[in-house]
Amino acid sequence: MYGLPFWPARAGAYAGQWDKLFIGLLILAFLTAGLVIFLLILYAARYRHGSKADRSNRTRKSWRFEVSWTIASLLIFLILGAWGAHLFVRLYQPPANALQIFVVGKQWMWKAQHPGGQREINELHVPAGRDVRLVMASQDVIHSFFIPALRIKQDVVPGRYESLWFRADKPGRYHLFCAEYCGTDHARMGGWVTVMASRDFARWLSDQGGQPSLAAQGAALFRRYGCSGCHGQSGAVRAPRLEGLFGGPVPLSDGSVVIADDRYVRDSILLPKAQIAAGYQPIMPSFAGQIGEDDLAKLVAYIESLGPEKPRGQ
Amino acid sequence: MPCRRRPMAEQAPAFQYASLAQQDEASTLGMWTFLATEVLFFGALLAGYSAYRITHPALFAEAARHTRIVLGTANTAILLTSSAFMATAVEMTSAGRRRAAAVCLAFTAALGIGFMLVKGWEYSLEYGEHLVPGLNFDVGLHGGIAELFFLFYFFATGVHALHLTIGIAMVGGLALRSASADPPKAISVRMIGLYWHFVDVVWIFLFPLIYLVGRNQ
Amino acid sequence: MMHGAGTENYLNAETTLRSWLLTTDHKRIALLYFASITFFFFVGGVAAALIRLQLITPYGGLVGADTYNRLFTMHGIIMVWFFLIPSIPTTLGNFMLPMMIGARDLAFPRLNLLSWYLYIAGGLITLSALLLGGVDTGWTFYEPLSTAYANGYVVLAVLGIFIAGFSSVLTGLNFIVTVHKLRAPGLIWYRLPVFIWSTYATSLILVLATPVLAMTLLMLAAERLLHVGIFDPALGGDPLLFQHMFWFYSHPAVYIMILPSMGVISEIVPCFARKSLFGYKFVIWCSIAIAVIGFLVWGHHMFVSGQSLYASLVFSFLSYAVAVPSAIKVFNWIATMHKGWIRFDAPMLYAFGFIGLFTIGGLTGLFLAALAVDVHVTDTYFVVAHFHYIMVGGAVMGYFGGLHYWWPKITGRLYPEYWARFTAILTFFGFNLTFFPQFILGTLGMPRRYQVYPPEFQIWHVLSSAGASILAIGYALPIFYLGWSILKGARAPANPWRATGLEWLTRSPPPPHNFASAPEVVRGPYCYDEEGNALPQAAHG
Repeated sequence: MYGLPFWPARAGAYAGQWDKLFIGLLILAFLTAGLVIFLLILYAARYRHGSKADRSNRTRKSWRFEVSWTIASLLIFLILGAWGAHLFVRLYQPPANALQIFVVGKQWMWKAQHPGGQREINELHVPAGRDVRLVMASQDVIHSFFIPALRIKQDVVPGRYESLWFRADKPGRYHLFCAEYCGTDHARMGGWVTVMASRDFARWLSDQGGQPSLAAQGAALFRRYGCSGCHGQSGAVRAPRLEGLFGGPVPLSDGSVVIADDRYVRDSILLPKAQIAAGYQPIMPSFAGQIGEDDLAKLVAYIESLGPEKPRGQ
Repeated sequence: MPCRRRPMAEQAPAFQYASLAQQDEASTLGMWTFLATEVLFFGALLAGYSAYRITHPALFAEAARHTRIVLGTANTAILLTSSAFMATAVEMTSAGRRRAAAVCLAFTAALGIGFMLVKGWEYSLEYGEHLVPGLNFDVGLHGGIAELFFLFYFFATGVHALHLTIGIAMVGGLALRSASADPPKAISVRMIGLYWHFVDVVWIFLFPLIYLVGRNQ
Repeated sequence: MMHGAGTENYLNAETTLRSWLLTTDHKRIALLYFASITFFFFVGGVAAALIRLQLITPYGGLVGADTYNRLFTMHGIIMVWFFLIPSIPTTLGNFMLPMMIGARDLAFPRLNLLSWYLYIAGGLITLSALLLGGVDTGWTFYEPLSTAYANGYVVLAVLGIFIAGFSSVLTGLNFIVTVHKLRAPGLIWYRLPVFIWSTYATSLILVLATPVLAMTLLMLAAERLLHVGIFDPALGGDPLLFQHMFWFYSHPAVYIMILPSMGVISEIVPCFARKSLFGYKFVIWCSIAIAVIGFLVWGHHMFVSGQSLYASLVFSFLSYAVAVPSAIKVFNWIATMHKGWIRFDAPMLYAFGFIGLFTIGGLTGLFLAALAVDVHVTDTYFVVAHFHYIMVGGAVMGYFGGLHYWWPKITGRLYPEYWARFTAILTFFGFNLTFFPQFILGTLGMPRRYQVYPPEFQIWHVLSSAGASILAIGYALPIFYLGWSILKGARAPANPWRATGLEWLTRSPPPPHNFASAPEVVRGPYCYDEEGNALPQAAHG
């Protein structure tokens, strides 16, 4: 049997920091609830009807008490809020050289695609001691990617990329859940995250068989969907070149500048008229509804591989 | 609202009130509270519209150019004029000039009907251009974001038209009663007047947000 | 019948069915609401019981996935919109608000009856949707699941909620106008009982938040019926906009549930401590502050939804700000007991239960407002436990406390005291056994709305289900002993608790128009002398 589980497994350093904050809150909660319950019982016993306890010199002026417990609560709350926010902000700052894995949620499974082209369903294998960044999309409704052992969770809203990063230290198998209710088999939409020592991880990758890398698959799709007709070497139409695009600034026709990240590339394929690159005509047709999230991930990986940075991967 | 039609209504307040003045104050506050609810009702709609307008400024501006600015402007003038008649009707009722009040109320209701006719004409023109989401919107011709714009357009103007229809019915009823032997109480005219002005004010927000913003880009 | 020796009261003045269904007496309408919300409470309760039965085993033995999803959706929709939101305002509020301000009725009695009919119409429509084939969206109706993927009677259920929303708005409007315009002579705002203040604050939320929900649900229904995109990303819409609009109503809705309950506790504690309420002005202004700040914290339901980091930071801060007035109230109730003459009748036991459970619910709210903590525990059983501590431990405890406190006034009969005390204590322990294990489950990472789950969580689910069976007994018992008291209970005097409020100046049960003439109010509420003797707010009724 399982005994009495009280605390979730801990698979990384962040989970340790999270636990400290949680314990801090627990201490505060027990002290406050303890004080409230202690006073309730004390007063109920001492000042019960018929007791002979002294009731003279009742406190009449109340504002001093009011002001002091208002300020005390507010100060304690502010400290807690700042602590929680401090940890939270880190979740929004993914490190630069993280291993990037595409994850697609659909009713009712998680599909992962590694840069080397390896695919898995309801399983996610990651190396220990290395930053991992998940780029996530949903094919239908809102899902939420939740790994309790890492204390992280991110809703995956259809129509946009979400990202989530973590670093697992301790090899093992940990629960993976969908945390946002998504229909009939919501409760079965999950599986395991396997954290492996880096050598084991490398072996696992190679055991998956030799398929072309994600970017290479993307390059094939780039031709199949006809993207290369305009964006390729001998494009018949004047379209922005994509070499060196990824990660850099893109001036738009309305004067603003955006960074060409995965979200921008995805939106440009599906909603080309929303953000027009400066100096080009809005003539690209939308591919919304024609390219599934799996293929989009490959295209994004391909365009990223054209970027100034070296392609990531194994 | 307890605007009961009772023969002794002008003399005796309802049992829970000490005086007629208190009862009138309660009715007025009730109407204002109801209008506060309505502000939030339309406010939610306009907040949603504005959120999308900010997300897709260019495409919304392009879609907005399909609206008929002449008809929208005409309707604004019609509704503002109707509010002037409504305000006059309230004053005439208070002054006891029943015939004048009845005429003003009739003009108010007639202008409201005029607004609805223009709006209906506008809707039919839009139907002809395949601009009605859920019925015949042509996404291939106008694009998906334009459909979103027209969804909000029909939603906002439709809910407004529903409010106006209720207003026309109430004002029309007041007009008939003002001309009859059993004229409405001043407080009833004042409260329905408040409602009428509110419906007018909603249009004053809808008109620029739908027809004017981004028109000349 | 339950009338005292030939005297006319609101119950025996007329006795035909027609006189009940067409009544405009706020007291009779309150009883109509009592009957209807009790019905919905047990419908929602049956769904809860089936949920807890299913979760005894990790493999989902009782019902299939689709049935389970319909059960928790039904539980949520019924309990939120057809029990918790109307519970205290439409029953105790409807009955007591005019009496506590010395009025003969609400400002708009016929509107009050219309509210009840709208509530019933909405309730029956939604119930038929839930029973015909069910709805499997969860009570939150998140997009695009609810429009493009769910296959239940979503539009019908939403229509019922929309109609019930009008009932909420009209009730709130009626209360606001009544408190402004119908107070007895001498009853200035600072002499109003806290229950009136908190009902007033609740009414503000009802009037200002409900229309936003109404519009949101209209758009949802339009999207589902016409297959056009408002929130569906496949058609250019934004599902997060739906969440923003939904929580703009549904977070203040939590305060609709808890504020009236806080008002009830503020009546009970001074009466049974025989001492004036500590920090009266702070307590009432805290109600208003909660109502106002409560409109600004909805985004804390969306910390992991992908909303911007800066939005999350602001919403986290405001969520801490809204917790402060709640904390102040708890401290004031405790300070009220200091050097009092405390009695332990059933209403006071419910009040003790409320303070304990609400404190735990509030403190765990601090966990959820801490951004990083929320990331882990949101959408898990931690959240489920937290909001049940507030809405069941808090709101429902307050409802039962108020029901017992005013029962002699409402029915003219005394309830059996020892049964009531036993039930209050049983409910308290049953509640904790049901929901405390769920905090641990959530911390372990057990997501909510799961009909099967990893077997290592089973022990806590079993404990929770065991607690639920005790809780069920605690909620069923009052039906029997309160029902018995209507038939056989001892006749209640006008003021059995020797309390100070205006409602106790009338006979029990009160005459049809409450007061023969408006009482002259001479002092504020909760005045007791050093020995705990009551100084009533007015001399006669």
